[in-house]
Amino acid sequence: MTDSSRQRVALALAINGRRHRVTIEPSTTLLDLLRDELGLFGTKKGCDMGACGACTVLVDGRRINACLALAVMQEGRDVQTIEGLAEGEALHPLQQAFVEHDALQCGYCTPGQIMSALGLIGEGRATDAAGIAEQMSGNLCRCGAHPNIVAAIAAYAGA
Amino acid sequence: MMEAQYRAPGSVDEAVALMAGAGGKGRVLAGGTDLLVQMRAGMVAPGLIVDVKRIAEMTAISQIAGAWRVGAAVTGAEIHDHAGLKKAWPGVVEAINLIGSKQVQGRASAGGNLCNASPAADSVPALVAAGAIATVQGPNGRREVPVEQIPAGPGKTSLKPGEIVVSFTLPARPAGSGDAYLRLIPRTEMDIAVVGCGVNLTMKDGTCTAARVALGAVAPTVLLVEGAAKALVGSKLDDKAIEAAAAACRAACKPIDDKRGTIVYRTKIAGVLLKRAVAIAAERARSN
Ligand SMILES: Cc1cc2nc3c(=O)[nH]c(=O)nc-3n(C[C@H](O)[C@H](O)[C@H](O)COP(=O)(O)OP(=O)(O)OC[C@H]3O[C@@H](n4cnc5c(N)ncnc54)[C@H](O)[C@@H]3O)c2cc1C
Ligand code: FES
Ligand code: FES
Repeated sequence: MTDSSRQRVALALAINGRRHRVTIEPSTTLLDLLRDELGLFGTKKGCDMGACGACTVLVDGRRINACLALAVMQEGRDVQTIEGLAEGEALHPLQQAFVEHDALQCGYCTPGQIMSALGLIGEGRATDAAGIAEQMSGNLCRCGAHPNIVAAIAAYAGA
Repeated sequence: MMEAQYRAPGSVDEAVALMAGAGGKGRVLAGGTDLLVQMRAGMVAPGLIVDVKRIAEMTAISQIAGAWRVGAAVTGAEIHDHAGLKKAWPGVVEAINLIGSKQVQGRASAGGNLCNASPAADSVPALVAAGAIATVQGPNGRREVPVEQIPAGPGKTSLKPGEIVVSFTLPARPAGSGDAYLRLIPRTEMDIAVVGCGVNLTMKDGTCTAARVALGAVAPTVLLVEGAAKALVGSKLDDKAIEAAAAACRAACKPIDDKRGTIVYRTKIAGVLLKRAVAIAAERARSN
């Protein structure tokens, strides 16, 4: 197919409170929109098939895998990514908790872990360590930092 | 990926017209947790993607005269948060909530789970045990189809070209009813069922007056095991009745051998899950 046969669609959405207007191909995932079109590289691409959670973002407060969502489906929605958390140089308290609990090694899974944890806390399900571990099972850490990740989330959530 | 067109209609009529206009190249998109993975793997290349998430009828949960109507595109997360539906049909809700991680739950729908037609789809045995009826709309109008008639084999459905599943209706049933769904997987999450078993019971004065039993992942499509239901109805759910129902489940199995489980193992597990699911459904029926 030639380029002229490609449909491009206009899309308006809010990312970290800022409104964006973009024109994209309908098959662009939310993850590719964030990274390739908007230069927001904080959201990571691990498996690109829903299995690892590295691409977790919040859409209207709910955690989803950005690799399994088309960008065009987010028309009018409110997307939150890791870039929206810190206030200038001041880390978000959950980011601070990850630092204090040594909840990462390479850090590749970390943005997804933190966004997923914020989603989990929003769901009101961060009640104890075992529950947090279960509810975070969609976020893999190949460095094996899971125990410290759970500890950081528990500390922040007061569980 | 591929160069598909994208449309997000606001009504079922419009969606059906778009599918008809796409001449067999249209694909419904609900949560996309199967479709996007398959598109990226080059397994499917739709010319038109019809996003049904903006259709009110397909994304709503409502109660009509004791029956529950669940839009085919409602997400697992929304179903999880619905107290009324959870109380009435805990087995259906827990089956849908077994699909994937919490992130997948934020998108995945029961309609997509059914229409993707995996023999191991978790929500399907629970819907079949519940006696759920799918409302289907296509170029020739609407029809009502029992859920068990929709899967036609791995990756295949009996839907006619251009047909869309609009919603599921879970029937009203008497007090003293309960349902349950259990699956066996090697991990606790993010894996595919080796066997899944849905059970739906009505109890009156300690006697089982109605039952439906369905098995997943033990045949090319979900199985409604009428022999198991017959063994339970009229009994007090005593050991003999439950063993007869388990035997009917084992006899119904036509599983494959694969890395997740051998034929012998899957068959044995079907009986074990039946017993455990009956126990849970009966307990719920007593307190309902
Ligand atoms: C990491 C991961 C883990 C998973 N774990 C599980 C699991 O544990 N158990 C399980 O059963 N599944 C699992 N799945 C598979 C998938 O999430 C489910 O099958 C899900 O229910 C699909 O729903 P969806 O809304 O995302 O469907 P989509 O991907 O949007 O659609 C799936 C298919 O159905 C068609 N379709 C969708 N809705 C309709 C409709 N209303 N009418 C007609 N056709 C329609 C689409 O065209 C497509 O062919 C997993 C997937 C991932 C990525
Ligand atoms: S990159 Fe999205 S889940 Fe792995
Ligand atoms: S810190 Fe390396 S993958 Fe989690």
